[in-house]
Amino acid sequence: MDLNIYDFTSFTKWVDTALNSVMSPGWTMLVELVIVGIVFIAAYAVIGLYLVLAERKVCAIIQNRQGPNRVGPFGLFQTIADLFKLLGKELISIKNADQFLFNLAPFILIIASFMAIAALPFAKGLHAIDLNIGIFYMFAVSSLGVIGILLAGWSSNSKYSLIGAIRSGAQVVSYELSVGLALLSVVIFSGSMQLSTIVESQANGWWIIKGHIPALIAFIIFLIAGTAETNRGPFDLAEAESELTAGFHTEYSGIKFAFFFLAEYMNMFIVAAIASTVFLGGWMPFHLGGFESLNHVMDFIPPVIWFFGKTAFVIFIMMWIKWTFPRLRIDQLLKLEWKYLLPLNLMNIVLIAFIVLMGWYIK
Amino acid sequence: MNIFKYFGEVFGAIRSLWAGMRVTGYYSIRPGKVVTQQYPENRKKLVIADRFKGEVIMKHDSNNQHTCNGCGICELNCPNGSIEIISNKITNAEGKSERIIDKHIYHLSMCTFCSLCIKTCPSNSITWGQDFEHAMFDRNKLTKVLNQPGSSIRKEIKEVKETKEA
Amino acid sequence: MEEVFQDIIIKHSDDYIINMGPQHPSTHGVLRFELCLLGETVKYIIPHCGYIHRGIEKMCEKNTYQQIIHLTDRFDYLSAHMNNEAVCLAVENALEVEVPERVKYIRTILAELNRIASHQLWWCAFGMDLGALTTFFYGLRDREYILDIFEESFGSRLLHSFNYPGGLMHDLHPNFQQKVKDFIKYFRKKLPEYDQLLTGNIIFQQRSIGMGYMSKEDAISYGVTGPSGRGSGFKCDVRKHHPYSAYSKVDFKEILYTEGDTFARYKARIDEMWESMNIIEQLIDNIPAGDYTAKMKPIIKLPVGDYFQRVETARGELGCYIVSDGNKNPLRVKFRTPNFSNLFIINKIASGNKIADLVAISGSLDLVIPDIDR
Repeated sequence: MDLNIYDFTSFTKWVDTALNSVMSPGWTMLVELVIVGIVFIAAYAVIGLYLVLAERKVCAIIQNRQGPNRVGPFGLFQTIADLFKLLGKELISIKNADQFLFNLAPFILIIASFMAIAALPFAKGLHAIDLNIGIFYMFAVSSLGVIGILLAGWSSNSKYSLIGAIRSGAQVVSYELSVGLALLSVVIFSGSMQLSTIVESQANGWWIIKGHIPALIAFIIFLIAGTAETNRGPFDLAEAESELTAGFHTEYSGIKFAFFFLAEYMNMFIVAAIASTVFLGGWMPFHLGGFESLNHVMDFIPPVIWFFGKTAFVIFIMMWIKWTFPRLRIDQLLKLEWKYLLPLNLMNIVLIAFIVLMGWYIK
Repeated sequence: MNIFKYFGEVFGAIRSLWAGMRVTGYYSIRPGKVVTQQYPENRKKLVIADRFKGEVIMKHDSNNQHTCNGCGICELNCPNGSIEIISNKITNAEGKSERIIDKHIYHLSMCTFCSLCIKTCPSNSITWGQDFEHAMFDRNKLTKVLNQPGSSIRKEIKEVKETKEA
Repeated sequence: MEEVFQDIIIKHSDDYIINMGPQHPSTHGVLRFELCLLGETVKYIIPHCGYIHRGIEKMCEKNTYQQIIHLTDRFDYLSAHMNNEAVCLAVENALEVEVPERVKYIRTILAELNRIASHQLWWCAFGMDLGALTTFFYGLRDREYILDIFEESFGSRLLHSFNYPGGLMHDLHPNFQQKVKDFIKYFRKKLPEYDQLLTGNIIFQQRSIGMGYMSKEDAISYGVTGPSGRGSGFKCDVRKHHPYSAYSKVDFKEILYTEGDTFARYKARIDEMWESMNIIEQLIDNIPAGDYTAKMKPIIKLPVGDYFQRVETARGELGCYIVSDGNKNPLRVKFRTPNFSNLFIINKIASGNKIADLVAISGSLDLVIPDIDR
């Protein structure tokens, strides 16, 4: 790319050399890690809180309501106020709960989503760690969260929690397959598992456009399976408010509950971010091969805005789905995966492999 | 399984889901369709139906006079005992003993808004008030005395009756 | 599953018991289901009621006939008007009072409006039981129009003790007819939206079709009435078979479905909303002029004897049985409330299904808990 005004590589290089000039390489490494960690924690909290607000606003408008509008203009500080409320709440300890696991569970969930967010490319050069198996890493790490859910359900020594946790286990194990296969389709297209390479491969058009119908099918399957993996929308069986009161986090209160809540929304963000990175070009502006003037105009919009805009679009679709559909039953959930999504996905993979082999996608 | 039936099911399912998403999508881009009201802000503009049953009140005119003669029919008709009438016997100017109302006590906390007191009141002296903001920190504040302090019974009715008799 | 006993419940000491309720989002009140689970499958369900028992029948014995009416609001609060009507009709029949035609027409219109409002709330809550939270707000949005009409005419939105032995408390508001017509026009446009959002939805259909099968024989033997019974092909519409008020003057269909599953009960209610709108449209322009109440003595004393009147509430057949010893208070009052009968079929139709289905099935029975306990 010839237009480099939004390239963060030079900025990070400059920070690195500046730090190196005043301290030893070991200290530089440490300071950089701390800086990155703090930036990510701040981003995590802000994104998580404002996703909660966004969900409340979107569902309110869908339901002909106004949504939160009391704290701050348009209720912008509502979730921050909620956070302080949750911080001030009593942490109720359950008598016969397994205290160690009970306290550990929310942290596992939080850490899993933290690790996943590290590998996301927010913009060119704004990338904490660019693994050569980035897509595989994110896919693996984000599914660690289910261990937290299972622990929470098991250790709270409550029947509702246990049912919710077991449901979640069955659900995540099944839908992992569809998520993996849907991502595999783009790996076949781009020929790489490195997220930066996948994004670069979409410089002349996003995969959802270049890969036409098979990529669209893979995108839809990824959305469905990703929604299921984050226990959201019509697949929120682990919580199932009308059946299990609150499922796995029935017994949690205060900030531990807030961790579950935050992790749920961050998982949604991660799924949306993966979808936008892999199918919608990540931070890559909207480019079409052959339309140079259009591509040039699109380059003026910063990549960070492209990335968050696409992610927000996918998140909106996920919210739209959640606030429209009734919940599936557990056997229907598994039937949907094993009888519909998985066979369709496998057919789709074969089709994509054939298309790539013949070179029938838009190059 | 028939492959066409299989794909038919898949497309039928997608179509039915899309029908639902169209409805919610229609509203999701139209904030103008919001129907909820902002209650404390719109207090001044609130339109309360004129028959709204908020609380039982006693009608007083500009001279601080009402028409309740303390007959106690509302107390008899109230199913929950939320009305208590305390009346005094006094001797009027003509030397006859007469019953006048001292306190018309109304327990809003026990009222079930059945309208029986208002329907049966012979002198038509109580009616529904439209005030609905009854939240209090103390239950005792919901016990009200309906006749205002210093109020008296309007004599017109009596005078009318007397003229009729004459 | 062989271990599922549908009629006789045999408890074992090692059963995995879960208490669903009395505080649970999907029991719609303080009802407790004692569930025995085999994994996700429900082995048996024991409903426990009585958490909101207020002794209304006993309270009636010390009240006059006028005072009973406002208590009847409180058992099925969503069909308050029909409950009031049952007592009024029983008293009027006992006294052999000729009620003005105007009162009959108004009572019929109000009953049908109340039925629509009740079914709207049921639709909201049923969607929410199944996890579709948006239905709740769409239903309430449309119900608001009816409640505004009620508020304008009677002063209260839910518990409007508007009936009075012999007629009505007072006359209708002058705007009533126009507002009802506006509402019908509005709701005819909104009701297809309900179908798009929920009825046609594949997830909803999979959750409801074939679930919780209730045969016609079961419905009759358990006394399941109302739309729940008519979903099983049980012809139990009191409006049709024992017409009261102005129902003999209007032309309407009795909604009957023979499938007997959750979806049939759902469809029966949706169709009843259409049918109620037809009934209202036939009557609203023809309300005869006249008095809003018959001439009644201030103290009502029923002749010695026992009197029974039944009406069709939004949930089924409400029977009001009054025994009088000639005093101004009844000697004994018994209400046959629809929900009490509708509840106890739950073990028969829901055991052997999943927990999620139990929620859907109990939602499709449209239970109002205060009506069960009274």
